[in-house]
Amino acid sequence: MAKTSLTRGAHEWTNDEMMTVAAARELTNGTVCFVGIGLPSTAANLARSSHAPDVVLIYESGCIGAKPDRLPPSIGDGILSRTADAVISVPEIFAYWLQAGRIDVGFLGAAQVDRFGNINTTVVGEYASPQVRLPGAGGAPEIATSCSRVIITLRHNARSMVKKLDFITSVGHGDGGDFRARLGLPGSGPQAIITDLGILRWEPGNGEFVLCNVHPGVEISDVRAATGWDLRVVDDVTVTAPPTDEELSALRSFVGA
Amino acid sequence: MARFSSLRDAVAEHIHDGDTVALEGFTHLIPFAAGQEIIRQQRKDLTLVRMTPDIIYDQLIGMGCARKLIFSWAGNPGAGSLHRFRDAVEHCVPHVLEIEEHSHAGMATRYQAGASGLPFGMLRGYAGTDLATITPTIRWVTCPFTGENLAAVPALRPDVGVICAQQADRDGNVMMWGITGVQKEAVLASQRSIVLVEEIVDEFSAHTNGVVLPSWVIDDVCVVPSGSYPSYAQDYSQRAGAFYAQWESISKDRGRFLTWMDEHVLATSDHDAFLASLDPALLKDIDG
Repeated sequence: MAKTSLTRGAHEWTNDEMMTVAAARELTNGTVCFVGIGLPSTAANLARSSHAPDVVLIYESGCIGAKPDRLPPSIGDGILSRTADAVISVPEIFAYWLQAGRIDVGFLGAAQVDRFGNINTTVVGEYASPQVRLPGAGGAPEIATSCSRVIITLRHNARSMVKKLDFITSVGHGDGGDFRARLGLPGSGPQAIITDLGILRWEPGNGEFVLCNVHPGVEISDVRAATGWDLRVVDDVTVTAPPTDEELSALRSFVGA
Repeated sequence: MARFSSLRDAVAEHIHDGDTVALEGFTHLIPFAAGQEIIRQQRKDLTLVRMTPDIIYDQLIGMGCARKLIFSWAGNPGAGSLHRFRDAVEHCVPHVLEIEEHSHAGMATRYQAGASGLPFGMLRGYAGTDLATITPTIRWVTCPFTGENLAAVPALRPDVGVICAQQADRDGNVMMWGITGVQKEAVLASQRSIVLVEEIVDEFSAHTNGVVLPSWVIDDVCVVPSGSYPSYAQDYSQRAGAFYAQWESISKDRGRFLTWMDEHVLATSDHDAFLASLDPALLKDIDG
């Protein structure tokens, strides 16, 4: 798939915009959301500026209830601390707020994800002699442990959606089944993987992610070809509703800000 | 009581070859000026500690100052990779860099344990991850009351902790506000500490979420205006986004990196001279 934009009626959008809009729709109003920088931050801020004005955004830099009117380039940006309800220390954000179970949704990006929603952000290749050294864990392992649920968003291709991770940085559903319960992990783990091609949702039981939505213009075969494992597909795959004018203008207003 | 000193003297006195040094700052108030002074004084074999090693750690690693890095997220936030760090890990350039990596929660817990004078800290984390396999400083304890299995991580006790704050008063107490990360814990966990401040004031005014460290837990206070450049100091300067963006290409090529370091760090006498050596376009955010 070489498609970068689609035209539908009066407006057009990119696959990335569709992904961000689809991810934003996962957040309902009032949700308390622990936000990673990058795609998750864009989606969470879109949710806050469109259908979910009372979503509470928490950044690991200690900013609780941040209300940025432009996208922060980093989690330490002054726009987060100046607009937050409270700014607290990093030990406190992880101990009192995340670990104590006060967060509904953890919103994570990833370099690689597998069929069980486990995440790699550490290395490509062998740990001791990596082909590519990635930034590492950051806050993700405990976000994946302790948030009530987790949403993952990343661009979909055979290098990112892999059969076997080179490194498990943050745990999703392990090797499936009742893995999380056996480890005593308090949160329910990843529930959705939102990509630029579609939406995968976690299926209880064997604990793997299955394709539930394709975005407009995307074929199921496109998604399968871009997935490193034998992707299962639900019988009634839905086509994601395209971005509305309101969603697109909200997204573009702060992406361009 | 803290003494007021020049940054050059503070680094010369407190930071020695082979020390474990934490220059903390969670993408705000990053003690860049101190890192570059360490490079000027050509310290070697340092164990560097930082939750979020960024450009200044890339410089320290690329210049061969570090033997080991203890960290949880290494990147150029919002702008790209740390290519000198990656070159060290991927290709052992300029030499082998030992790494010990944790999650943010694990590092924060380690600092807290250090600041608390405890041998270790614990958290509900790491279970099921490969971090628990490759990092020897992640182990497990059973809660004696509930039986819950929890991760245990050893206290961080750096030889030297270095942070930036916005202000000092005339007694050497320091005050910081905005995002303060693990800066308080880094000072309290360390054997010796250096705090860079933007200015000295007669009296602190109230700041929402302000944190004060008393003079008697600090060794040296250094007045270094814009000492956190190109990161920012809330209410003093903005992050210099253009500097972060250009680092991607400087850092990517080792030759270009070394030339840049020669011109802007080794050939400059202090932080003021460093700032004066930069293209003025890179400074435009400083008062923004």
